[in-house]
Amino acid sequence: MAEQKVKLLGFWVSPFAYRVIWALKLKGIDYEYIEEDIFNKSPLLLQLNPIHKKVPVLIHGDRVISESYVIVQYIDETWPHCPLLPQDPYERAMARFWADFAETKLLNTAWLGLCARGAEREKAAKLAMEAVEKIEEVVKGKKLFGGESIGYLDICLGWISYWLPVWEEVGSMQIIDPIKFPATSSWMNTLLHHPVIGDNLPGRDAMIEYFQKRSKDIYESDWFKDIIRLHLHP
Amino acid sequence: MADEIVLLSIWPSMFGMRVRVALAEKGLKYEYKEEDLQNKSPLLLMMNPVHKKIPVLIHNGKPISESMIIVEYIDEVWNHKSPLLPTDPYQRAQARFWADYVDKKLYDIGKKIIWSIKGEEETGKKEFIECLKLLEGELGDNPYFGGENFGFVDVSLVTFSCWFHTYESYGNFSIETECPKLVAWTKRCLEKESVSSSLADPHKIHNFASGVRKRLGIE
Repeated sequence: MAEQKVKLLGFWVSPFAYRVIWALKLKGIDYEYIEEDIFNKSPLLLQLNPIHKKVPVLIHGDRVISESYVIVQYIDETWPHCPLLPQDPYERAMARFWADFAETKLLNTAWLGLCARGAEREKAAKLAMEAVEKIEEVVKGKKLFGGESIGYLDICLGWISYWLPVWEEVGSMQIIDPIKFPATSSWMNTLLHHPVIGDNLPGRDAMIEYFQKRSKDIYESDWFKDIIRLHLHP
Repeated sequence: MADEIVLLSIWPSMFGMRVRVALAEKGLKYEYKEEDLQNKSPLLLMMNPVHKKIPVLIHNGKPISESMIIVEYIDEVWNHKSPLLPTDPYQRAQARFWADYVDKKLYDIGKKIIWSIKGEEETGKKEFIECLKLLEGELGDNPYFGGENFGFVDVSLVTFSCWFHTYESYGNFSIETECPKLVAWTKRCLEKESVSSSLADPHKIHNFASGVRKRLGIE
């Protein structure tokens, strides 16, 4: 099974797709990358992921897997060399917990901060910083979440090292203050200098341009007001 | 050395019930502590300082939070009996995908029906039925989501079934009419001791929801 052809359906600026790219590269797995235009979804995407209609989608032989952290775990279990998740069940549970935490408490709030304006942007950024405070405690004293080598949690949180500074710049917010969060800042730096991560990132200028437009489009949309109400004024 | 297992939860929580089902499937003895969410115990605040939520499993003094993370932990530690996740990586991926779907969709949509978020009851009901139908489609003709055996996705979803009567009552619809195969699956699951001993009584759940609605001023 492991030797069957691997394809990845992704979007050039998606941090979720990059989790899968990093996992595949770390394991040395060859794959074909297929770029998807998420604003004009292809019949292929709609056929492969009819439920969420999102990237990334991994195609392995005739198997189709969606949801980035489900895909990363699938990769880890199918190609068990260079393990990403720890061996110990408690450590595995902790990795899954913090991956979920960072997704719900940091990624979502930072994204809200990027797309909101004024007081709501400030509130979202403040919530994001509170999340970083907790992550700081977890990464303190470690080179990487995975110890000496990149692990599951480094991959799931890797977007913090590159996408978050872009969102901070576009959104004129500071979420990762290197003085307040030295351990997190150091981890971000370590990650970016790792060849698999550092050599596999989208272009920064293109990202800035993309997220500037995205932020404006989302802020001006009708549905964003509901998102703000749900997440910032529950 | 015997394992010391403690579960912090509240009796109506479908998330806490998932952990009870998993522990029962593995035949494990544990101490159950009922929490008061209006007056959280020092133990809960110490064991889940990040979210301050239930359920929390404390295994030999070490806490684990988030119900499906707890269930997966239980499955990995006590892997000698009643496996909840299959061994094949692709089947595991499918199970994780669907458990994630239940988590992402069902609870939040269901809230629109019960806690009457203004103007969202009808859309909530429509979305809720769509979700259940999708899940029913995934079940197909299998006895369980895990195929021949009760598994990970079954655990994630079955605990919602004791809330069905409450959703139906406030949404004014019948889940059995909309999704007969799914309701048949819930009855099949309830034949299992691990499920029937872990799920709360649907009428007690309804009374509980009614009490919360009164407190929120929507009853």
